[in-house]
Amino acid sequence: MININNLNFGYSKHKPLFKNMSMRLSNGHIYGLLGKNGAGKSSLLKNLAGLVYAQSGTLDVMGFNPAKRQPALLEQICFIPEEFYLPSVKIDAYLKANAPFYKNFDHQYFATLLKEFDIPASNKLIEMSYGQKKKFIIAFGLATQAKLVIMDEPTNGLDIPSKAQFRKIMASAMTDERCIIISTHQVRDLDNLIDTVIMLDENDVALKASVEEITAKLTFKKVKEVDDSIFYAEPSLSGYNAVMPNYHHEESKLDMELLFNAILAEKIKFKPLFS
Amino acid sequence: MEFRDNKAIYLQIAEYVCEHILLGKWKADEKVPSVRELAVEMEVNPNTVMRTYELLQNKNIINNKRGIGFFVEEGAIDNVKNYRKQQFIIDELPVVFRNIYLLDISFDELENQYKTFVKENFNA
Repeated sequence: MININNLNFGYSKHKPLFKNMSMRLSNGHIYGLLGKNGAGKSSLLKNLAGLVYAQSGTLDVMGFNPAKRQPALLEQICFIPEEFYLPSVKIDAYLKANAPFYKNFDHQYFATLLKEFDIPASNKLIEMSYGQKKKFIIAFGLATQAKLVIMDEPTNGLDIPSKAQFRKIMASAMTDERCIIISTHQVRDLDNLIDTVIMLDENDVALKASVEEITAKLTFKKVKEVDDSIFYAEPSLSGYNAVMPNYHHEESKLDMELLFNAILAEKIKFKPLFS
Repeated sequence: MEFRDNKAIYLQIAEYVCEHILLGKWKADEKVPSVRELAVEMEVNPNTVMRTYELLQNKNIINNKRGIGFFVEEGAIDNVKNYRKQQFIIDELPVVFRNIYLLDISFDELENQYKTFVKENFNA
């Protein structure tokens, strides 16, 4: 689905954001893209959607170079940015103007999604709240039936019931033909949806591994005391939340926040496990 | 569903399915929810539910009728009991034993508590 090879990218020559980054993504997965502020999550997503250009290296998205912005590719990409602009029109006018760009656009599915998100179809776009607008573009994006779904912080601005609704909608939107990439800081909103974690740090991919692989190699658990076998630990109410190698084949639940902090703090310890 | 923090999600979903079978909500030869249906209900990745269903197939608790879906296996209840019993003895019993020992709870007291619990919760 996506093949990134030796990607070099930055907004100025002296400050590279990605150095020789390579990565392969395939369909049938929901990738969770994690990284500190400024690590380049949004920039990577923009590279995939042809919104910014690589300095060198190659990007292959479904056989196309996204920088060429060919309609045959763009109609297969649904991009939900963190910040967006919506014109001052009603929903049906927006559909009339934008849906024809996507030849597989499913009007019935769009209506269903609006209903699930509790958005009246007669609304004017600019009169809606930020959260409602966000739900509107998510509904539009998914109704395009695009094969590559890119979402930048999709749960920002969603209220509590909408977040649950969003998770249900994404669980049903994930098919074997689709590749879904979600960047997020709100890992607790989405951690059960993500099947593969991609973490960016220091101009490169710090980790790319499936939840299954991570929990086969690492165990996440509460401990009373910290010893040498523990890679990383954070104090909690009843001791410590710890990450350590999974010596005893335990089937623990991945704590994505803990993993994130652990890799930032102790990258060298994790490297040999995931190479 | 509220997931606990200490166990892989796919195993917690397996417990959920087993519970439905033990309580007779899903009966032998009946169809269970599709991978997608259960993923939507649980708000999890369908690949996670697929992993649950693969595990339950290996334990002869459900079977896959190609093209139709997943069904509860004929002897599922016995197989669930075997599987859950093992899990319980390995994972949960040590914690219970530890508390019984630390709090010095007698087996007589335990038996009474147990009987009351069964009466109140299962009317047996």
